[in-house]
Amino acid sequence: MAVTGLVMLLYLVAHMLGNLKVFFGPDDINGYAAWLRTIGQPFLGHEWFLWIARSGLLAAVVLHGVSAYQLSRRDLAARPSKYAHKRRRASYATRTMRWGGVILALFIVWHILDLTTLTVNPAAEEGHPYQNIVASFGRWYVDVFYVVAMLAVGLHIRHGFWSAAQTLGANNARRDRALKLTANTLALALTAGFLSVPVAVMTGIVK
Amino acid sequence: MSGDEVSTYLDYTLGEPVADTRAPAGPIEQRWDQRRFDAKLVNPANRRKHTVIVVGTGLAGGAAGATLAEQGYHVVQFCFQDSPRRAHSIAAQGGINAAKNYRNDGDSVRRLFYDTVKGGDFRARESNVHRLAQVSVEIIDQCVAQGVPFAREYGGLLDTRSFGGVQVSRTFYARGQTGQQLLLGAYQALSRQIAAGNVEMHPRTEMLDLLVVDGRARGIVARDLVTGEIRSYTADAVVLASGGYGNVFYLSTNAKNSNATAIWRAHRRGAYFANPCFTQIHPTCIPRSGEHQSKLTLMSESLRNDGRIWVPKAQGDTRPPAEIPEEERDYYLERIYPAFGNLVPRDIASRAAKNVCDEGRGVGPGGQGVYLDFADAIRRLGRDAVEAKYGNLFEMYERITAEDPYRVPMRIYPAIHYTMGGLWVDYDLQTTVPGLFAIGEANFSDHGANRLGASALMQGLADGYFVLPPTLNDYLARHPLPAVPADHPVLTETEAEVEDRLNLILAVDGDRTPDSFHRELGELLWDECGMARDEAGLRRALERIPRLREEFWRRIKVPGTGQELNQSLEKANRLVDYFELAELMCLDALHRAESCGGHFRTESQTPEGEAARRDEEFGYAAAWEFTGTGAAPVLHREALDFEYVHPTQRSYA
Amino acid sequence: MNLTLRIWRQAGPDAAGSMTTYHVSGISPDMSFLEMLDTLNEELITRGDQPVAFDHDCREGICGACGMVINGQAHGPERTTTCQLHMRHFRDGDTIDVEPWRAAAFPVVKDLVVDRSAFDRIIGSGGYITAPTGSAPDAHATPVPKEAADTAFEHAECIGCGACVAACPNGSAMLFTSAKVVHLNVLPQGAPERASRVRNMVTAMDAEGFGGCTNTGECATACPKGIPLPSIAAMNREFLRAARG
Repeated sequence: MAVTGLVMLLYLVAHMLGNLKVFFGPDDINGYAAWLRTIGQPFLGHEWFLWIARSGLLAAVVLHGVSAYQLSRRDLAARPSKYAHKRRRASYATRTMRWGGVILALFIVWHILDLTTLTVNPAAEEGHPYQNIVASFGRWYVDVFYVVAMLAVGLHIRHGFWSAAQTLGANNARRDRALKLTANTLALALTAGFLSVPVAVMTGIVK
Repeated sequence: MSGDEVSTYLDYTLGEPVADTRAPAGPIEQRWDQRRFDAKLVNPANRRKHTVIVVGTGLAGGAAGATLAEQGYHVVQFCFQDSPRRAHSIAAQGGINAAKNYRNDGDSVRRLFYDTVKGGDFRARESNVHRLAQVSVEIIDQCVAQGVPFAREYGGLLDTRSFGGVQVSRTFYARGQTGQQLLLGAYQALSRQIAAGNVEMHPRTEMLDLLVVDGRARGIVARDLVTGEIRSYTADAVVLASGGYGNVFYLSTNAKNSNATAIWRAHRRGAYFANPCFTQIHPTCIPRSGEHQSKLTLMSESLRNDGRIWVPKAQGDTRPPAEIPEEERDYYLERIYPAFGNLVPRDIASRAAKNVCDEGRGVGPGGQGVYLDFADAIRRLGRDAVEAKYGNLFEMYERITAEDPYRVPMRIYPAIHYTMGGLWVDYDLQTTVPGLFAIGEANFSDHGANRLGASALMQGLADGYFVLPPTLNDYLARHPLPAVPADHPVLTETEAEVEDRLNLILAVDGDRTPDSFHRELGELLWDECGMARDEAGLRRALERIPRLREEFWRRIKVPGTGQELNQSLEKANRLVDYFELAELMCLDALHRAESCGGHFRTESQTPEGEAARRDEEFGYAAAWEFTGTGAAPVLHREALDFEYVHPTQRSYA
Repeated sequence: MNLTLRIWRQAGPDAAGSMTTYHVSGISPDMSFLEMLDTLNEELITRGDQPVAFDHDCREGICGACGMVINGQAHGPERTTTCQLHMRHFRDGDTIDVEPWRAAAFPVVKDLVVDRSAFDRIIGSGGYITAPTGSAPDAHATPVPKEAADTAFEHAECIGCGACVAACPNGSAMLFTSAKVVHLNVLPQGAPERASRVRNMVTAMDAEGFGGCTNTGECATACPKGIPLPSIAAMNREFLRAARG
């Protein structure tokens, strides 16, 4: 879980930074999207890098999900009888890992259909992500879903990053606070970065 | 005196003297080497064929079980706790003595031997004590190799401290949890042998009787505490490492379930019980807070290094301590013992506390406490320095009492802590029943009438790791025994007796709980056979105990059955043995009309009020033989010779 | 104090259990939680009812025998063992829920008593240093840096009570196992078995049916001895190191 999580986290950082190009206008982000398809050329063919990255990410998502499923099954089996006295345990971020993960999985499917395959996108202009983004965020329910998903991403990373460090044995008593701070910063930066786009569309800054 | 028709328990008879025949003659330094050389060995290939039962998994039992299994014996081990790691050795705080002389401060095996004999007030056997001092150095090596995290200095070497008023720094420690760390070391070694299949471990299983076949100990009858199943386990030898009997007092620093049943049942089957009246009282325990008190908590004696002990001068002074002016306080230890002040030995400090409380000057609930005041130390050293030294103890005190000892003086009171008496054993640690060995606190061997601080852990581990294995080896090599058939009448009869007794308890269906009886017995013993004893009180107790026992069999109430986990039944069953043991303790205390070590007879004191030994009359260990419940026992004396350490009277005035 | 107690009663390992309500009165704030239960039990016995079974022994917080979940918290509201929890932390009229440790690896024996022998088997799988009696070199043959000795001690303080498992939403035994792995693996004496120890102990832990670690930190919060959460990271580090060979 830790390794696949970190792979996806790295991707999210790049993705978020790329998204910010939307503030520099249609040409900037559309050009960036076109450039992504040319990475590695001429050593790699057109879109090869993108497909390599996509297959890597797909593997990460699948493995992450499968591990999460196996871990959850094992964890539920380890506590067959529940406590009668219910009590809030751990932080919100920690408690929402499982459901947050499910929300994110659903979101990814929608997100790909919306902005990659353009299946459910109202504009559906191939090669024009700027126009597609503006069109997509014109729908209130998409905005709501997106905001919820991005908050889930933040919470997921907040616990997930520190947790990955713990699992990989990178944590110790001296580093503990620094790691938690890094996790919070990453979570906040990614959530804010991702949310800035729909907010900008909704407020008319990007149109 | 006996033979009379109205003979009572008091009419004990004097039997043949008993003597240790195992310690070789010759210079004391060479006896242990000589004994090991004389010992016969069992061929390593044959050891698996020998089964040894070990009862208890504390320092002595855990160490013995692991070591015997390492040597190749088949060990079958028992503890009543849910895990061998919980034995009460775990609660020892202070440390473990060893004559390593790492400090180069003049320590030696000879000095540790000398201190222990003298500390025991000349009621221990010299050969055993010398061996203990010799073996002490190996214990530290063994424990370090196991990964016991002793305190270390910055150079990476082991730290030691001075403990219990000795002049040398020979106590190794692991913060205030030395017992825990040593026990976990033994437990881990034992766990390795359990996993390897060399030790068959039976947790939650309590020994309820000893199987004696053809005059030899050949096994035990034990009850599975979860299912209630009672069955026999047979072996070539039986080792009792079941600890002391301090819980006979109900309130003590012992764990709640520590009990005397294993050693008492062995006593009933022929093992002599030695010096039962030698019990140790620790002066710095947290006083009881009310009737509900279930046990007492010890606080390290080191507190007396900086705390000043006092009570109000006036009787019944109930003002808060801060409102009692200096001139109305009585720093009684400093007043009576100006040379040693608050650092007088345990028994003297304890008795002095009792005296001032008896005078009506005690403080706290029920007037059963004295102040241990750190105000001066805080003024002199600063709060930080006091916190650095005693922070964890202050915290523990505050958790229990909800009083902040930085602002309000602590209240302390003595409590039963350790029992020097136990099953009589020879130099081989064998009892008077051949094939039955007793180690650790369960035997009487090394501490005489008083144990020095940090010596209990030393003795438990010495017996378990280093002394028992070679002597047991010798016994097994010399006595090849046929297997005991599973249908042997001794097995079926003993099992039936055990079962009958439990059924009798269940059948009474009276109106009093086991704890209510135990509390009453404990209070009686504390009053009459506690810190100070006199003839009249002991006679009162000896009259009261049989009546209490009779009441028990009329009024005890134990709900549930014997075929399940039944903690009330366990308690009641242990009480039956406590009644008999209490009786023997009082008789032993009555017959020993001298004061020595932890046994203080008010009739026998020096003009200064100190314990006065009477060596000519009582320079022996008293080994008692059981003759029946409530029947007068037989006293066998073991004369004690002091060739190396010559008896002197203690003086701390 | 007068209190209402709701206590898990279960006659035996295979019996069905339920929360049963009792009222106790005259409870002193100076009583420990176990002394409060003693008071209840004395009443129950006198009435001819079976007293509530619970494990306990030293009653000074070191043997690790006691342990119950009090109002949803392992060992109750204070960071200490149940035997060292005092009634002054409750208020007159409170209702207190008392349950056994809940974990598949800790089956209930009776009432509040559970079987924690899984812990013993984890220790037996590798939680030791192989040093047969008599084989030890002089204690000063190998100096141990003070820092390593202190870390070892900090982890050796574990009392094996099982609160970590009880508190973990996944019933995981990672903190218990890591405490022993770290205690022995930081010492030079423990180095020769360093890799096999962590491998075997983790394998044994998994085989007992404990849950996996999702780093919720509940274990370290409940631990009465303050075994720190980064111990788990340290064990993971040892495990990965062992896996790399």
